[in-house]
Amino acid sequence: MSYDGLRSLLPKNDLLGFAVLALLLVVVLPLSLDIFRLNLVGKYLTYAFVALGLVLCWGYGGILSLGQGVFFGLGGYAMAMFLKLEASSPENTAIQSTPGIPDFMDWNQITELPWFWEPFNSLIFTVLAIVIIPSIFAYIIGVAMFKRRVGGVYFAIITQAVAAILTILIIGQQGYTGGVNGITDLRTLKGWDIRTDEAKYAFYFLCVFMLFVCLFIAQYVRKSKLGRLLVAMREMEDRVRFSGYDVSNFKIFVFCLGSAFAAIGGAMFTLQVGFMSPTFVGIVPSIEMVIFCAVGGRLSILGAVYGTLVVNWAKTTFSESFPELWLFAMGALFIAVVMAFPNGLAGLYNKYAAHHVEKLLGKKKGQSPDAKATVGTQGVAHERQ
Amino acid sequence: MSASNTDFVLAVEGLTVSFDGFKAVNDLSFYVDKDEIRVIVGPNGAGKTTVLDLICGRTKSTEGSIKFRNKELTKMKEHQIVRAGVGRKFQTPSIYGDLTVFENLEISFPRGRSVFGALAFKRDAEVLNRVSEVADMIFLSDLLESRADLLSHGQKQWLEIGMLLIQDPELLMLDEPVAGMSVSERRQTAELLRRITKDRSVIVIEHDMQFVAEIADKVTVLHQGKILAEGSAEEVKADPKVIEVYLGH
Amino acid sequence: MFADYSTSELMSIFAMQGFAGLILFSVFVLMALGLAIIFGQMGVINMAHGEFMILGAYITYMTSNVFADYMPALFGSYFFVAMILAFIAAGALGMLVEWAMIRHLYHRPLDTLLATWGLSLILQQLYRTIFGAREVGVSLPDWLMGSIQLTDIVEVPINGIFVMTLAIGISIAIAALMYKSRWGIQVRSVVQNRPMAGAVGINTAKVDRLTFGLGCGIAGVAGSAFTMIGSTGPTSGQLYIVDTFLVVVFGGATSLLGTIASAFTISQAQSTMEFFLSGSMAKVLTLLFVVFILMLRPQGLFSLKMRK
Repeated sequence: MSYDGLRSLLPKNDLLGFAVLALLLVVVLPLSLDIFRLNLVGKYLTYAFVALGLVLCWGYGGILSLGQGVFFGLGGYAMAMFLKLEASSPENTAIQSTPGIPDFMDWNQITELPWFWEPFNSLIFTVLAIVIIPSIFAYIIGVAMFKRRVGGVYFAIITQAVAAILTILIIGQQGYTGGVNGITDLRTLKGWDIRTDEAKYAFYFLCVFMLFVCLFIAQYVRKSKLGRLLVAMREMEDRVRFSGYDVSNFKIFVFCLGSAFAAIGGAMFTLQVGFMSPTFVGIVPSIEMVIFCAVGGRLSILGAVYGTLVVNWAKTTFSESFPELWLFAMGALFIAVVMAFPNGLAGLYNKYAAHHVEKLLGKKKGQSPDAKATVGTQGVAHERQ
Repeated sequence: MSASNTDFVLAVEGLTVSFDGFKAVNDLSFYVDKDEIRVIVGPNGAGKTTVLDLICGRTKSTEGSIKFRNKELTKMKEHQIVRAGVGRKFQTPSIYGDLTVFENLEISFPRGRSVFGALAFKRDAEVLNRVSEVADMIFLSDLLESRADLLSHGQKQWLEIGMLLIQDPELLMLDEPVAGMSVSERRQTAELLRRITKDRSVIVIEHDMQFVAEIADKVTVLHQGKILAEGSAEEVKADPKVIEVYLGH
Repeated sequence: MFADYSTSELMSIFAMQGFAGLILFSVFVLMALGLAIIFGQMGVINMAHGEFMILGAYITYMTSNVFADYMPALFGSYFFVAMILAFIAAGALGMLVEWAMIRHLYHRPLDTLLATWGLSLILQQLYRTIFGAREVGVSLPDWLMGSIQLTDIVEVPINGIFVMTLAIGISIAIAALMYKSRWGIQVRSVVQNRPMAGAVGINTAKVDRLTFGLGCGIAGVAGSAFTMIGSTGPTSGQLYIVDTFLVVVFGGATSLLGTIASAFTISQAQSTMEFFLSGSMAKVLTLLFVVFILMLRPQGLFSLKMRK
C-alpha cells in the first residue's frame, strides 16, 4: 500500500492508538507479567476478537447479536477437534476398546470416528474451517433475517435462541462433542507440546498478531465507504436504500465478518487454554461478550480490546476476593454502561483525555491534529425498530 | 396489459393499493412525458405520498402497473428502481446527521454500490469534482466539512436534493420540497428546481398553489386515491370539482 | 419408533404427554402473558422477566413458611394469599424499575435489553444471598396432592390441573382488562399513538408505569404457580426466559390470543417429542422449528399488518 493510502487508513490519532496498544501487548505485558498471568491476558484477548466483531455489527451496523458465543464456539471446537484427533493416536489410546478415536467417544460406546470429524485430521482444513464454517453459518442466518428486514430486538432474540440450541445440542450429543465437559486433554500441535511455557508464549504472540490483523481489517472497513454507509444506515436506512444500495447485503457482510473474528478468537482460546467447552457458547457468555464491547465503547475498535481487558481483569480480581459481589458488579456494569456512559471507555477518553493528548501531539509536530480521525466521536444514534 | 406509449418516461396504469380493505390509491392512471414537471396536489390523505411510495417500491401495489421507460417497476426492489434511474426525496429531510455534508453527497454518488464495491471505493478526482459541482448548486459549498445535523432545516432539504442530483436520475420525485422553508429559502429553492429540472422529468408534491403555478408544466389533482382533475395550473384552478374539494370542506 | 407400542398404549402415551405438555403450556402462558403485555404492547424487552417470576416463587415460599409456623390451621389456603402478595411485590418492583430505568430507554430497545439483563444478574445474586444457592420447594396443601385416575394407564396430578385452571383464569382476566376496560383502551391507545393519546388527556407516563407493573405482577403470579409443580432456585428464571421470548415472538407479539396459541403449539410439540427422544433433542428440535418458522414468517404466526 502506498504511503498516502496508509495515512488515510491510519490517521495520526488512530496510528498513535494502534502503537500504544501494540506497545502494551507486545512489550509491556510480556515483560511485566509471569507466564501464568500472560496466558490469562491471552485468554482475555480471545474475547476481544468477539468484542471487535460486535463493534462492527452492533456499533456500526446497529445489529445486536446475542449469539456471538456460537461463532466463538464453532472456531474453538474446530481447533479442538484437530488437536483432539492428534492426541487420540492409536498409541495414546491403546487402552480404549476402540483405539484411535477420542476418549469421550469410546466412553459413549462409539466405535468409529463420525464422518464430520474425519476432515479435522488435516491442519489446513481445520484452519480454513475455523473461518469459513462460522462465516457460512452467519451468512445463512443473515440472509434469512436481513433479506426479510428482520432486525433489532427480533434479531437479538433469534440469535440468542441459536446460542441456546447449539449449547443444548453440544451437551446432549456427548458422544460426538464431548458433552458438557467439552473437548479436553489436548496435547500437541503437529507433535509440538502445547502445554509448555514456550508454547504458551508463542500462542500469546500469535493471538496478539491475529488480533492486530483483525484490527487492521476492522479499521479498513471503518475507513472505507462501507463504514460510512453503515453509519448512514443506522441513521436513515431508507435513504441509503433509496440511494441505490441493497441494505441487507451490508448487514450480512458485517455480521459474517464479526462472526469470522469471533471464530478466530475461539480458535486462539483453544490453543492457549487447552480445551473448549459449551460454557463459552451459550446465552450467558454471549451476552457477556456484548458488555466487553459496550464498556470499551461500541463505536471504538481499540476500545473493544481495552473494554475486554478491563472487564475480565475486574472479573478475575473480584472473583478471587469477593465472588458473591461479582454478579452485582457485572449487573451494575450493564446498567451503567447503557444509562450513564453509552460510549464506554472511548467516550470517556474523548471527553476528558483526548484534547490533552492532541495538545501534546500538536506541540511536538507543530500542526493541528486531524479533527475527523478520533475514534468513536459519533454519538450513539437512537435505534429504530 | 394495455399498450403503453414508449414516449412516456413514466406510465402508471390502473394502480391500486389497499391497506386492510381501504383503497389509498384506487385505479390510478397517469403519464409523465420526458422533461416534464408534473405537480401532484390534493387535500391531506388524498394518496399523494402513497403514489410516490408505490413508484419507488417502498409500498407494494395491490394491482396495476408502473412502467418507467417501458420497464415494469412493480416487481423490482427499491435499490433496483433507484439504479434504473428513479430518485426520490422524502417529505422530512432524510440525511445522515452523523456524517459531513461531503460524505452525505459522496455516499449518494452512483459508484461502488455493492459490498465489495464499497470496500474498494476510492475518493478520486471524478468524485471530488462531482461533489463540489453539486454542492455549488445546492448552496452548500462552504459547509462541505460540517456535520449534516448542524445544518438548518432548509439546508437539509437542499442537501437531500443534492444527494439525488448526484445520482443524476432520469425521474426525480420530490415530496413537498419547500415545506417549512423561509421566504428567501423558498425563492432559492424555486430557482434551484428550475435549474435541476432541465433534462429530466420531475414529479413534485406541493401544497402552495403559487409555487405550483410557478414551476408546473402539468398538475394532477388527487382526491381519495383517484384523479379529480388534470391539466395546466390555470385549468385546474378553475375546475369547479377542484374548488369544491378544496373549499367545500 | 411407534412399533413397540400397541395402539391403546400409544393413545395413553399421547394423552399423558399431552397432559404434561398442558402443564408446561400453563407455565409458558403465565410467563408469556406478562411478557406479551410488556413486549407486545410497550415494545420493551425485559430480560429480567424470569427474575420477577422467581420473586413471586420466593414470596410464595416465604408465605407457606409463615403459614406453617404461625397459622397451620389455615395452611390449605396459603397459596391464595401468596399469589396476591406475589402479584403486589413483583408489580411494585416492576413499577420501581420502570421509573428508575426503563422510562429513560424507550427509544433504545436494544439498550433496554442489556440494562434489564444487568438487572437480572443483580436480582439473581440478591436471591442467592438471601435464600441461598440451593433450590427451595414449598409443601403443597393436602387438597393439591394426589392425582385423578382417568383410565388404568392415564392419571393426571391435581396440582397440574390447578395450575392449568389458574392459567386459564388469568388469561381471561387479562383479556377482559385489555379489551373491555377503560384502562385497557388507554394502554392500547398509548401503544398506537403516543402523542395523540397524550393530547386527549391520557397520562402516558402513568399508563406506561402501570402496564409495566402489571406485566411484572403477572410474572410474579406465574412464579407463584410455578412453585406448585417445581422447586425454585436463584437462576430458575433464566432457564425460561429465551423460551418465553420465543413463545411471544412466535405468537406475533401484539396478539394475546397468538401468545396463547403459540405457547400451546410449542409446549405440546416439546412434551410429545420428549417421550420419544431425549429431553435435550426434543428441546433442540422444538427451538429449531420455532426459529425456522420465524425465519420464514418473521412477524410471527398471528400478527396484524404492522405499520412501518
